Amino acid sequence: MTDRLWEFVTFAYPNIKYVVLGSILLSISSAVVGCFTFLKKKALLGDVISHAVLPGICLSFIVSGSKNPFLLIIGASITGWISIVAMDYIVRSSKIKEDTATGLSLSVFFGIGILLLTYIQHSGNAAQTGLDTFLFGNAAALIGEDLIAFSLIAVIILVVVYFFYKEFKLISFDTQFANTLGLPVRTLELILTSITVLAVVTGIQAVGVVLMAAMLITPAAAARFWTNRLSIMLTLAAIFGAFSGITGAYISYASPSMPTGPWIVMVLSIIALISFFFAPGKGILIRVFKQYQNQRKFLGENLLKVFYTLGESNQNFLSYRSQEELMAKRAFKESTLAKGLTRLSREGFVTHHRAQWALTKEGYEKGKRIVRLHRMWELYLTEYLKIAPDHVHEDAESIEHVITPELELRLERLLDHPSVDPHKAPIPQKQQPIINNEQ
Amino acid sequence: MIIQTENPALEIHDLTVSYDRKPVLWGIDLSVPYGSICGIIGPNGAGKSTLIKSVMGLIPLSSGYIKIFNQELDEIRLKVSYVPQRESVDWDFPASVLDIVMMGRYGKVGLFRNIRKADKEAAMNALEQVGMEKFYRRQISQLSGGQQQRVFLARALTQQADIYFMDEPFAGVDAATEKAIIQILRRLAGEGKTIVVVHHDLQSVSTYFNWIIMLNLRLVASGPTEKVFTQQLLEEAYGGKLTLLSEVGELMKKEQVPTRE
Amino acid sequence: MNAILIILTGSLVAISCSLLGSYLILRKMAMVSDAISHAVLPGIVIAFMMAGGRDSLALLLGAGILGILTTFLIEFFHQKGKLQTDASIGVTFTWLFALGVILVSYYAGNAHIDQDCVLYGEIAYVPLDVIILDSGQSLGPKALIVMSVVLVLILLFIKVSYKELFITTFDPSFANAVGISATFWHYALMSLVSLTTVASFESVGAILVVALLITPPATAYLITERLKKMLIISSAFGVSSAVFGYLLAYTIDGSIAGAMATVAGIQFAIVFVIMKKVNKARTRSAVLSLESEPTS
Repeated sequence: MTDRLWEFVTFAYPNIKYVVLGSILLSISSAVVGCFTFLKKKALLGDVISHAVLPGICLSFIVSGSKNPFLLIIGASITGWISIVAMDYIVRSSKIKEDTATGLSLSVFFGIGILLLTYIQHSGNAAQTGLDTFLFGNAAALIGEDLIAFSLIAVIILVVVYFFYKEFKLISFDTQFANTLGLPVRTLELILTSITVLAVVTGIQAVGVVLMAAMLITPAAAARFWTNRLSIMLTLAAIFGAFSGITGAYISYASPSMPTGPWIVMVLSIIALISFFFAPGKGILIRVFKQYQNQRKFLGENLLKVFYTLGESNQNFLSYRSQEELMAKRAFKESTLAKGLTRLSREGFVTHHRAQWALTKEGYEKGKRIVRLHRMWELYLTEYLKIAPDHVHEDAESIEHVITPELELRLERLLDHPSVDPHKAPIPQKQQPIINNEQ
Repeated sequence: MIIQTENPALEIHDLTVSYDRKPVLWGIDLSVPYGSICGIIGPNGAGKSTLIKSVMGLIPLSSGYIKIFNQELDEIRLKVSYVPQRESVDWDFPASVLDIVMMGRYGKVGLFRNIRKADKEAAMNALEQVGMEKFYRRQISQLSGGQQQRVFLARALTQQADIYFMDEPFAGVDAATEKAIIQILRRLAGEGKTIVVVHHDLQSVSTYFNWIIMLNLRLVASGPTEKVFTQQLLEEAYGGKLTLLSEVGELMKKEQVPTRE
Repeated sequence: MNAILIILTGSLVAISCSLLGSYLILRKMAMVSDAISHAVLPGIVIAFMMAGGRDSLALLLGAGILGILTTFLIEFFHQKGKLQTDASIGVTFTWLFALGVILVSYYAGNAHIDQDCVLYGEIAYVPLDVIILDSGQSLGPKALIVMSVVLVLILLFIKVSYKELFITTFDPSFANAVGISATFWHYALMSLVSLTTVASFESVGAILVVALLITPPATAYLITERLKKMLIISSAFGVSSAVFGYLLAYTIDGSIAGAMATVAGIQFAIVFVIMKKVNKARTRSAVLSLESEPTS
């Protein structure tokens, strides 16, 4: 295995170089183009084009009788293009909706392609062998000539994106606004469609008809989870694409029975899944984790609050209290309570003496702040939202944990430095000395 | 100003509704008396449709409860009628006017059973009430906006409910349709039915409704029109958002904090 | 005789697809069916491995599970991951299809299953694969029998729950409001779509399934203004795709599945052009009648 890895990274055979460079180039170019179709909410455009290039390839072969990559690419581009135009036309001039037009266009064009392909195969023309690599792709068979075609097209795509970056950005986010700016939106969309067709036509030889859609959509979807900025999104998508390209090429090199294209897509999908679940801010698990963290935070803060309110009732904020006393004030589960207290004492907010617990000075301040926020929010709800005083407690129970110091200041100013809440309980002041009537 | 009523047709108690943890309606407490034509008003994005949808059980509640005729929605579904926004459906759908109106009977007919003749007659009767009986075979895409709204109203009428919830029934309809609809609503109210309508046009509020719910993320006012439809309360409802409230809402979404612990 | 068997099987597939497809395109879920038809591949491979052969029931089960899983994943990424629907579809089905291809390659040595068959099937072999009873009596081609059962299931489903499908398709929130669960009927329909996809698979392949699910219903949708008629007309277009598709394939010696999709596409194009003319004439006469009676 390590031998193979070494051979791979040193390009021990020229063939490896071709496959790797080819995979990287087409992964990057389709990832970059895919970002724009993704943002235009036309992610499945690539799927249509990739199915629709098959009849073009076959027709080009029937007409020219050769498998010259440039001729095939031209044929493929023409039908790819027609499929998109037809789809747009159907949506614009009939009641048929976009999803139906998409599925219709891709399946009919592909059906025609299959018909032509089988016709060619059955015609007994010996030159036809290998045409079906377009169906499933065969990155491992990339040779020098293909590589030249790939690099050329990849470069064209990247150059076009570079020059039209600003314009593409505008039409991807807000076509109408771009129109009002006087941009030639239709022409720009034509250019974007054209480079999408080019990206698909080249990529399809490596990964095949079905998986081509992933080369466009998946890196963009994954990148979108990490950033809100287009430039970063493009870069990330390109990196994801390149990485999957290399990995896919390596896997199929190390284990020759393994196909390159599906592995490229598999790696891309894994990156996407990781992004969906773990990307900061938007990831699904990150949000679940945040909820878990919230629970812990709430428990701690609720405990401190209980200490504080118990302190209020006997005017002794720092006295030691038993777990029973705490539970009498608020229904905690015994095990939860113990866990919460242990954590608070580790964090330095409470201390304990045998089975008795008391606030530290820091714990007192924190508990006081929570109570203060709770009561201020209750006041806010009754004064500004006109919610009945007997309904505000529940809301305040969760809001007290989220209010930032900045919002706290504004709340205080808005309520004009209040001293009592709607239930006539005192709102603790920030600079309030600790009362500790230890007898 | 929130005026409660004894023995209400609709009672909303301490209702909070959130989208992705961000509360879009905060602590709504109100009641609507029997036989009233009640308008829900407030600026765009105030939560008017959200309120109706949560009453119809289409959105999960973060807190509180809703009672219709002092019962849960599930116990009383057949007595409740709902008119969604006209734009919420695809009017190119291959169906006739009668097909759509008959949907109002589906709840009564029950699972897997076929439509009976009586259902068809009820549907035709409802179409007559809205003045659309001649169009019963018409494909729905060939209707004008006003006619579409009449069809939706007819569908609600075939439900033969005791309380009606309507989401913007007057939006984008012609004057004649508006007049026809309000006449029907008045007749229903006269028969003791209760009607709750999301409404946009402040001009017609005082002539159409005898009860008003004023919303802007929170309940600004609820009560009889003559008491509640005042300049001061309107300014409060339409005079901008409570920025602190919306910032706290955003914070709850960002931190994924539950509305209730 | 073989020709008739092939056309018959093709027609059964076409009718099943056209019926379900009519609901799919009205629900704007055409692309979900495309996704399902591709994503069932790993399910088929795994079932194939576990059952140790082409046990039809195991294949149906494996693919059926994957079909439902696909629907669920698309919803999940859309709802929980806030991914736009089209991207959610694209990511989900390509991922599962890639997994399927990798599994196929991994088991390539001992499996008579390949991606060609998944993509474009071979209906020409339908007459060869017959079910033979222990008594030695032949029941007829397997695909024909399986598709007949599927079609009967679909017809029963639509007959029994016509009303529920109708209301949840047209206005899901109203359906929920009167107590008919839109989610339940969504998953019920998608289960049948998965079942049909898988059953049709071996004979016609994924792409033809998609072509038949979408194209005949779309053609019928252009013509008719009633759901019931749409169901009947799209079935008719489906059958004629099967018949003329077979003839076309026979004439030029090409793939039957491909030819059926081609014919379906041609039918759509013709109807599209005709309906455009008809609609234009209609609007013109409507304008004329408006001009002649200005009071209306």
